[in-house]
Amino acid sequence: MTMDTNAHPSQGVPSSLEAETDSRTTGSNPLVASGVDGASVSFRGVVKEYGGHRVLHGLDLDIAAGEFVSLLGPSGCGKTTALRVLAGLESPEGGVVSIGGTDVSRVPTNKRDLGMVFQAYSLFPHLTALENTMFGLGMRKVKKTEARERAVAALELVGLQAFGDRYPAQLSGGQQQRVALARALVTEPRVLLLDEPLSALDAKVRVQLRDEIRRIQLRLAITTVFVTHDQEEALAVSDRIAVMNAGRIEQIGSPEDLYRDPATTFVADFVGLSSVVPATAAGGAVTVFGASLPMRSRRADGEVEVLLRPENVRIATDGRGERATVLESTFLGSLRRTRLRTDDGVTIRMQHSADERLSFGDVVRIEVAADSVAVR
Amino acid sequence: MAGLNRAGLNRAGLNRTAPNRTGIAPRPVTTGVILGVVGLVFLIPIASMIEFTLRGVGGGYDGSHWAALVDPANAGKYAPIWRGLQGSLVLSLTTVAIVLFLLAPTMILVTLRFPALRRPLEFLCLLPLSIPAIVLVVGLSPIYLTIGRSVGTGVWTLAFAYGVTVLPYAYRAIQANLDAIDVRTLTEAARSLGAGWGSVLLTVLAPNLRVGLLSASLISVAVVLGEFTIASLLNRQNLQTALFVVNKQDPYVAVILALLALLFAFLLLLAIGRVGTAAALRRTTPKKDPT
Repeated sequence: MTMDTNAHPSQGVPSSLEAETDSRTTGSNPLVASGVDGASVSFRGVVKEYGGHRVLHGLDLDIAAGEFVSLLGPSGCGKTTALRVLAGLESPEGGVVSIGGTDVSRVPTNKRDLGMVFQAYSLFPHLTALENTMFGLGMRKVKKTEARERAVAALELVGLQAFGDRYPAQLSGGQQQRVALARALVTEPRVLLLDEPLSALDAKVRVQLRDEIRRIQLRLAITTVFVTHDQEEALAVSDRIAVMNAGRIEQIGSPEDLYRDPATTFVADFVGLSSVVPATAAGGAVTVFGASLPMRSRRADGEVEVLLRPENVRIATDGRGERATVLESTFLGSLRRTRLRTDDGVTIRMQHSADERLSFGDVVRIEVAADSVAVR
Repeated sequence: MAGLNRAGLNRAGLNRTAPNRTGIAPRPVTTGVILGVVGLVFLIPIASMIEFTLRGVGGGYDGSHWAALVDPANAGKYAPIWRGLQGSLVLSLTTVAIVLFLLAPTMILVTLRFPALRRPLEFLCLLPLSIPAIVLVVGLSPIYLTIGRSVGTGVWTLAFAYGVTVLPYAYRAIQANLDAIDVRTLTEAARSLGAGWGSVLLTVLAPNLRVGLLSASLISVAVVLGEFTIASLLNRQNLQTALFVVNKQDPYVAVILALLALLFAFLLLLAIGRVGTAAALRRTTPKKDPT
């Protein structure tokens, strides 16, 4: 799992995408015009066990109304379970789940007013895309003519207004997930739940739909919980990310915070690539590769480990820095990523210009290219 | 059943025709021979039955036995058959109701909530296959004494026994369909969209289990129409026991009715195949992308 080298941990949507998609949905889409009142969500000490095996250890999490929060973690970390507990598809052994300040722990799924998109294709095979989109409105006894109008608007929002008469088997995977998104949004739910909706799609469609989900979420200001194991996905779309491991939240924060100052080794390893360099801290600063740099979060003096992202390391000139030998160098198009070993035996990952060609056995000097460093 | 299987495979996207003949596939000649022999095994008795019913009273061939069946003059003679047919139709409906409203919801419930019970349920449902009807009756007769006292001795009560004898066939038909769709995800999607359990069953699962439910129902009807042993030993009148009685007086009409029953079962099975493939085709035929 490597970071896309071009992807900055950014909130919001790239401007080019916004320009392109805005032209598609400008004007008065009824769904956008009526807006969706996102509700806050909170987990308080939620415990979930499967056959004596505890998968959620007293989960605490607060999500503000209109916020986009990703639950990120490896498989088996409890992220999907947390989402399913919120949806009411699993009942927790302990704790309280609230939506909009109301305890919904005993409310059945169909009364929670949620929209959900699943990992597996979940469109009803016997209904067309339009009928699928109208389903939730039918359940809410909305008049057929109004339901049709709203469903058409929802399909328009995901760019599939021309595909309303298709059956799911006649749609591509990406189109099916778009219809599933329209179906989840058309009822104007208080919370949108996304359970790895992109993982079955191929890379290009995945990025497109990911950005589209974020664009729609921002337009509707709907509270969204997004479960994913793909850190790049989480970094690209979230307001905040909760990194989960073994049934607990390791760290929660903005994508920038997580990337720049991971609280634990697990977070540092899981979110982006990083190299770990032993160093000594003194007076709020730490000396790495011959340079003294301030620490991002204050630690007591003594032995520490410095976390360096590949873009935080560069080739030093005029004899400064640390001597290192190239182990391998990979060309990635716009740049090159190189793995080196210092004379002290520490392995370092470095990202640099594609013009700087390095090959196995080359000896270079490296230094830190950052104003401050993350330590643990 | 061929149509049903094809529909199931289509839906699961598994219907692939092998591009080249692998070593295990028979040659066209072998296929022809096998089909020919199997076809003859089926056709010879049927042709003989038709030939038998067309034999004229004084030698030669005519349709007099067929005409006699609908002749008002013979109404009294054939009355047991019509009563038996009526009884069998009532039994078919009751048995189908047991399959649709008891077996199918149970299987869905097991799939959704108690997946660990799937194997025990399968074992239980396939068990009647291994118990001969005559053995079944030994166990059933004391039960039917109680049933007779509590709900009466009407012919429809046989449906309780038939509900058991059709279990293996109905179970296989429904399970094949359940395996071909993602019941859990469809249910959860419907629940998240605000559907109660009733709506989930009727508007989401039933339409997607249509082929399985239809096959199960029609196979059940075929089994019930052909059942003799249990009805005979429990002293109830159904089509087969009536045919047996009439056969002693008029063998021709018994064979004619057997032929008609066969044709009916054949049409039922044909209908299963048709319905399944038509629906699958409609939903999977690729459409041109609108631009």
